[in-house]
Amino acid sequence: MDNHNNIHSLEAKFEAKIDSEIKIEPKDWMPESYRKTLIRQISQHAHSEVVGMLPEGNWILRAPSLRRKVALLAKVQDEAGHGLYLYSAAETLGISREELYQQLLTGKAKYSSIFNYPTLSWADIGAIGWLVDGAAIMNQVMLTRTSYGPYARAMVRICKEESFHQRQGYEILISLSRGNAEQKKMLQDAMDRWWWPALMMFGPHDSASTHSEQSIKWKIKRKSNDELRQDFIDATVLQANYLGVNIPDPKLKWNEERGHYDFGDIDWEEFWNVVNGNGPCNKQRIKDRKKAYEGGEWVREAAMAHAEKRAKRKEEKVA
Amino acid sequence: MDKKEWPLWEIFIRSKSGLSHKHAGSLHAADAEMAIEHARDVYTRRNEGVSIWVVKSSEVIASDPEDEYMFESAKTKIYRHPTFYDIPEEVGHM
Amino acid sequence: MKQSLINYIFQLADNKLILGQRLSEWCGHAPELEIDIALTNIALDLIGQSRNLYSYAAELEGKGRTEDDMAYLRDCEAYRNVLLAEQPNEDFAYTIARQFFFDVYNHLFHKELVNSKDEQLAAIAEKSLKEINYHIRFSSEWVIRLGDGTEVSHAKMQTAVDDLWDYIGEMTTMNETDRLMLAEGVGVDLNKIRTAYFHKVKEILAEATLNIPEEEPFQKGGKDGLHSEHLGHLLTELQWMQRAYPGAQW
Repeated sequence: MDNHNNIHSLEAKFEAKIDSEIKIEPKDWMPESYRKTLIRQISQHAHSEVVGMLPEGNWILRAPSLRRKVALLAKVQDEAGHGLYLYSAAETLGISREELYQQLLTGKAKYSSIFNYPTLSWADIGAIGWLVDGAAIMNQVMLTRTSYGPYARAMVRICKEESFHQRQGYEILISLSRGNAEQKKMLQDAMDRWWWPALMMFGPHDSASTHSEQSIKWKIKRKSNDELRQDFIDATVLQANYLGVNIPDPKLKWNEERGHYDFGDIDWEEFWNVVNGNGPCNKQRIKDRKKAYEGGEWVREAAMAHAEKRAKRKEEKVA
Repeated sequence: MDKKEWPLWEIFIRSKSGLSHKHAGSLHAADAEMAIEHARDVYTRRNEGVSIWVVKSSEVIASDPEDEYMFESAKTKIYRHPTFYDIPEEVGHM
Repeated sequence: MKQSLINYIFQLADNKLILGQRLSEWCGHAPELEIDIALTNIALDLIGQSRNLYSYAAELEGKGRTEDDMAYLRDCEAYRNVLLAEQPNEDFAYTIARQFFFDVYNHLFHKELVNSKDEQLAAIAEKSLKEINYHIRFSSEWVIRLGDGTEVSHAKMQTAVDDLWDYIGEMTTMNETDRLMLAEGVGVDLNKIRTAYFHKVKEILAEATLNIPEEEPFQKGGKDGLHSEHLGHLLTELQWMQRAYPGAQW
């Protein structure tokens, strides 16, 4: 069989698997661009989990009760875990965690822009849980059916664990909504600042999204950005009403005919500005990650050096 | 300088006595003891396990996915399955 | 008697909350993701243990106060944690040394406390001990890894051990509250665990190829409410919300 034919038949076999919903596994043949797309998407997702620890971690030490403190700690810890599962899934595609870290720290790899906004009050922790995790879950539930096996398995685990995150956030906000005037103001202020960035989390309009079409064809993604965004808005309005909080969009209105909420225009200039590094906290987040990475280098090296010493001693004993 | 990364380990968890260990995921650790401890922290945070196995990923030997005929022979041996045999219903469950 | 018992519970609970708060500072910033998760697990254990104890203290007091009142509305001089617990993280070596010095004590202490005449305290101790068994394994292994790792890690670990050494004597030194509670059959005889404490500490430091400081550890005061400058800053952060919004429910 000549090489040309070979590639074609492999490609056909791959496409057939995708079409019949058979998962692709690490050692299976896959087109180079599928591999690259996956590495990009999974690592972006992993980086988001890890960078996402920072804005929420910002309030662990100041959490207003011990119950809130342990819940937040456990939640941020879960995010470290999720980052870890996802890095591991990416590693099955032949890239090391070290390389992935480097891509993040040098700005080559992106992460979710939402984490470039600051957490200014305790209400922001509630808003992140409710809106940001709520938006993320829309995406993540879809990804449990993604075509790449290790990614889908990581997402199943993540979705299971995430289920308390959104409730944790919403419960914080319920307390605020039943609280004093200062607490209610804190709640509305958080809503005003997080609503639009949360909508932006789903990415650009389908018409402007560069990777979407191919990703859907390969069943890496199974719903478009705009579909997911609409699902999220439809699910969230009722929850906002329950809190008695105002959604900062004068155009938001139920559309009987569509069976969906209509909503106002997203400020895409702001979106791209933050994506391109000019959000309020882009520099701070990367600086913090760099500090942890570089500051931890001697620890990781020491552990390796000790493991090698120990293995050698064991060998000598046997000999 | 070529940095030495902590090797990758595959983690297997027995969720309760009586069940077999099942692959849970992977993680990095410098040595086996650390891998076990990390596995406890990472994969049993919600009480998911009673026993942990760790195996260095580099030491897992896998069959070749390109070898598509490897499982072919078993597919045709339908007489290995109970449904292959006709037993009258009156006989009851067998 | 009741007030002494409450003070005694504060000695235990405050150690755990303060150390838990310190460990939480690492969340999102640890040397590796796996370590991040491990440190947070220990923090969660410790804070969880402190909550049980605060609730018990509040119940004994009988004034309708809650665990949060205990944690958030007492000032420095009312805190009864040992000085070691409040020492800053500095770097990973300090954090590990502090944790190790504390865990060895905490382990020996709880092994005795399970025999307390106070049933509730004994029950809390029994539950805590299961978690502490893991803490001590984690911190001892890391002391050994860093001590017997690279030249850099050895030097950092030695500095941390030397600096924190001064603070380790307080844990096994009896104060008035300890004596009263021992007499009641509620508390632990610290003199009894002191020898075992130093034996274990020295054994692990030796395995880690670290020098064992020769001087007698002399710093104390935390158990009687006389703290280092660090505690005020830690509490400022910990208590900020409750102080800024008095009486609010969160």
